[in-house]
Amino acid sequence: MIKLEHVSKTYEAGVQAITDVNLHIRPGEFVFIIGATGSGKSTIIKLLQKELTPTHGKIIVNGRDIAKITRKQIPKFRRNIGVVFQNFRLLPDRNVYENVAFAMRVVEAPKREIKKRVPQMLSLVGLAHKYRSLPKQLSGGEQQRVAIARALVNEPKILLADEPTGNLDNQHAWEIMRLLEEINERGTTVVVVTHNMDFVRQMNKRVITIKKGVVVSDEQVEEATDAD
Amino acid sequence: MRISTFLYNVRQGFANIWRNKMFSLASIATMTACIFLFGVFYSLGVNFGSMVRSAEENVAVTVFFDEGLSDSEIKTIGREIQSREAVERVKYVSAEEAWDYMKEDFFGGNEELAESFADDNPMKNSDNFEVYLKDVSQQDELVTYIKGIPGVRKVNQSEMAANILTDFNKLIIYIFVGIIVILLAVAAFLISNTITVGISVRREEIAIMKLIGAKDTFVRQPFIVEGVAIGLIGSIVPLLLLHMVYGGIIKYVTENFNLLSSLMVFVPVNDVFRVLVPVSLILGVGIGFVGSRITLKRHLKV
Repeated sequence: MIKLEHVSKTYEAGVQAITDVNLHIRPGEFVFIIGATGSGKSTIIKLLQKELTPTHGKIIVNGRDIAKITRKQIPKFRRNIGVVFQNFRLLPDRNVYENVAFAMRVVEAPKREIKKRVPQMLSLVGLAHKYRSLPKQLSGGEQQRVAIARALVNEPKILLADEPTGNLDNQHAWEIMRLLEEINERGTTVVVVTHNMDFVRQMNKRVITIKKGVVVSDEQVEEATDAD
Repeated sequence: MRISTFLYNVRQGFANIWRNKMFSLASIATMTACIFLFGVFYSLGVNFGSMVRSAEENVAVTVFFDEGLSDSEIKTIGREIQSREAVERVKYVSAEEAWDYMKEDFFGGNEELAESFADDNPMKNSDNFEVYLKDVSQQDELVTYIKGIPGVRKVNQSEMAANILTDFNKLIIYIFVGIIVILLAVAAFLISNTITVGISVRREEIAIMKLIGAKDTFVRQPFIVEGVAIGLIGSIVPLLLLHMVYGGIIKYVTENFNLLSSLMVFVPVNDVFRVLVPVSLILGVGIGFVGSRITLKRHLKV
């Protein structure tokens, strides 16, 4: 599903973001990528979306070598990857329904399909009753739920979440994590970039640790107990 | 692209105009001013052109013949002149008519002075052809040709009138084209500016669209719609204004300035707008389209 082989990325200013990263994430997995700020986590997310091009190495996403994806093919490629951001990135002048429907309009989905899918997604994230609210009328957690609904409405095979709980209090952050887990259980591959170790310790998932652009560990973390 | 997607983008284009009210208004106002001025210059140009043409119709070349030519020889000369492309019409003026004109011009009010010439037409060798041209700029060429026709004694031409009219016509065209080009360039620049502001205001939305998987056309379409709509509104408003102003001026001049209205014959409003409406709409829409396309190419790397 996702494969990085000896991938390095050096920015134009000469900053080495990641060095010789090797990863293999199988379909249906839930993976945490953890590391300190500036460790290269977000660079990996951007590389997976073909927002950035690697300096060296090969990246395969959904069975495609992304180096071979032409500029014209990028939109179609990205439709199989849902993205969630730390700062939600909702359109402030459109209501909840419109924000989610926006993702379907962008991929030129039929109107009928939009009317059917958007309420379903809003129900999934528990916001069906707030479909008319503007983002500013929602709490941080609710805004992130809208962002997740938007990321999933086109039924992508992969969901990339870049610090999805970074702007949320503990209670809302947990709600989001449970939601991501539920989405994963429905079959979507979920990759969560975070530096919040509480979730990582307690969710019993695969954890890839990056330090200064290098993968330093890749392991299945056992669920924490009170004794931990 | 689906019709529903296209319609969505059209709505988004108009929504952009609304979100970006002040800049859109400035662009529409500038476009309106430009197309209005274009219409004013066009109307002036059409009317000047019409007046120059009617003045040209009165510029004639006079052709005199050798003494003793027979009627049939004169008719042959007339036919040869008439066959030329540049000639609008040829009018034969007999010696008697020439003398009548002379009397009218020189002895008007003192007809008794002309009586001394009774039975002795001083213009007896002055029967001639008055040759009227389609385009006075071709006068010199025609005169040279006529002078070469056997039996032609002399050709009189009003070179100055022809030159002035030709030069005046050219001057009007140059000024007209110059002003229009400047105005349209200003309008295109302002539309481009509005689109640039629209892009920067919607940068986040565009980034999200790109990450979700929007095609280039989907991202660009609302901006193209925005530019075209600004151009369209900016050309409809001045056309309505011009229609009112032009009709009003004709009515005012006709009702209040009898002398002026007898000298100047205005081109009817429908004749002016038959050309002005499609040209203005094409200009407005075209500038809106080109302005937004260029801006998108420069500022929106999708």
